[in-house]
Amino acid sequence: MSVALHMPVLQVVVPLLSAPLAVLARRGSLPFMFTTAAAWFAFATSIALWMEVEHGAVLSYFIGSWPAPWGIEYRVDRLSALFLLLVSGLAAVVLPYSRRSIQAEIPREQHYLFYALFSLCLAGLLGITVTADAFNIFVFLEIASLSTYVMIALGRDRRALVASYQYLVMGTIGATFFVIGVGLLYLMTGTLNLPDMAERLAAERHTRPVLAALAFITVGLSLKLALFPLHQWLPNAYTYAPSAVTAFLAGTATKVSLYVLVRFYYSVFGESLVFRHLPLPEIMLLLSLAAMFVASGIAIFQRDFKKLLAWSSIGQIGYITLGLSFDTVTGLTASLVNLFNQAVTKCGLFLLLGGAVIVAGGSTLERLAGLGRTMPLTSFGIVIGGLGLIGVPGTAGFISKWYLVLAALERGEWWLVFAVLLSSLLAVAYVWRFVEAAYFRPAPPGRPPRREAPASLLIPAWLMIAASVYFGLDTSVTVGSASGAAEMLIGVKK
Amino acid sequence: MKDDVVLRVVAKLLVPFILLFALYVQFHGDFGPGGGFQAGVIIAAAVIFYAIIFGLPTARSVVPDWLVEAMVAAGVLLYLGVGLAGILLGGNYLDYFVLGATPVAGQHRGIFWVEAGVGITVSGVMLKIFYMFAARARDK
Repeated sequence: MSVALHMPVLQVVVPLLSAPLAVLARRGSLPFMFTTAAAWFAFATSIALWMEVEHGAVLSYFIGSWPAPWGIEYRVDRLSALFLLLVSGLAAVVLPYSRRSIQAEIPREQHYLFYALFSLCLAGLLGITVTADAFNIFVFLEIASLSTYVMIALGRDRRALVASYQYLVMGTIGATFFVIGVGLLYLMTGTLNLPDMAERLAAERHTRPVLAALAFITVGLSLKLALFPLHQWLPNAYTYAPSAVTAFLAGTATKVSLYVLVRFYYSVFGESLVFRHLPLPEIMLLLSLAAMFVASGIAIFQRDFKKLLAWSSIGQIGYITLGLSFDTVTGLTASLVNLFNQAVTKCGLFLLLGGAVIVAGGSTLERLAGLGRTMPLTSFGIVIGGLGLIGVPGTAGFISKWYLVLAALERGEWWLVFAVLLSSLLAVAYVWRFVEAAYFRPAPPGRPPRREAPASLLIPAWLMIAASVYFGLDTSVTVGSASGAAEMLIGVKK
Repeated sequence: MKDDVVLRVVAKLLVPFILLFALYVQFHGDFGPGGGFQAGVIIAAAVIFYAIIFGLPTARSVVPDWLVEAMVAAGVLLYLGVGLAGILLGGNYLDYFVLGATPVAGQHRGIFWVEAGVGITVSGVMLKIFYMFAARARDK
């Protein structure tokens, strides 16, 4: 028995194992330790997997030793390795943070449940990424979503319940649409294994059930990834969830849904059906632009900084789908790089904000006034993260926008370059609102002078912010694997 | 309904048979209709029936809250344990072939324990939901 051989499945099983262990342990710090150890194990495994597939190898693992089209296959290629790295990496940083953070936000007797749910959510997200079975994706999607709904409802504010309920309704509609699409595909191909399905679909590509399946899967997943007109659940869910949950979700939940969409477009339907025979690229382009401008515009007028960041997330999803709509290697690379960098930056921002909320007692801009003097490290980090959202050179955000602009130029669409730059100006406006509040307004009376967030919150948060700067300077990891994944997806199916 | 003699006597007589039927559904699931999910629901139904007749506090002293929560976790652990046993015995995850002397015996053993895990978790979850709703009405 060698562990290396079983890495694709252990990646999912170990976090799943820590959930019941956390429930059994109940009290003390054992639930925290189980969950954190599982997340670190998953992170180490995903690094090993990432290195293994870095040169184009594809790892296959057969659950229960049933060979591929019959049994469930786990499959790690360059695209899934990148997402495994992202999801497990964020979990490995957020969990140590959550220990101190949830003490302030969740009643003590519910702590073990929080860790159990976090493990389940992590296992679900990793499972979606690693499995090559369409129905298995749905099952993991539900595991991840259900645990997410409950984690959002754990928020201190009573409005968290409504937000969670709203997300539950929208998310369930999305998951149902997805499973209807999978059902139609199963009807036409008689298989659930994704590579096998792609092969069998080649003959039936333009039949009506397949087109209907494409429509259902696109709409269902767009709901989950909060593409512009289907984003209503996101702002409240992000705003009222506990800080650690928001930070983790902002970096993973919508991103993994995007992974599934990319996977279905390129590895199952094939790009010729999705992008050449249907007006899907035009629709996606329009919705992406709408997201970039409308959501960023709404972000400017928010009074609550957490909500402002949530709206900014919807705008950033627009950049990601914009790259996807180009259907070129550069476009897809831009989309994946954007997704990775945006996840890291947003996670860092929400982590820092979580510390500020504990000290300042709220996330409205009035509460955060004068933060530059009372919490200099936190505000400085938020400013750097904000620069990343704008896309200032030297931050990860610049790299994402650079590739997006390159992809637009490659297609000769100058006006899109201006659109990207213009929407970055909107980002300047909403980041400025924080700068103005934190550095140019006096602190509200009664705030203790100069009190930083505890180190256990600052260190993970700054680690994320430092990572977002690092990925802006050294792009070998992000751009390297993103372009590798894009070439693999577009090259194979031509 | 504690004061109704007929109900109490009938309930006392019925509960063992419901549990027995649950075990039949659980272990006959390999050969006929049934399995862990159905059996788990029937076990939970027996306890819920008991709670309706004899009151929630009595049911809670028979099947305490900590046990219910432990069942929820233990079933999942059992399921995962079967999967990991496959790895430890040299197969893949959830590989039943390596669990017995012959592949058929292995498949039998594997599904037996997996279904047992499902049954434990399902009855735990059903009871947890029932307890939570029932306790809510009491608090008001």
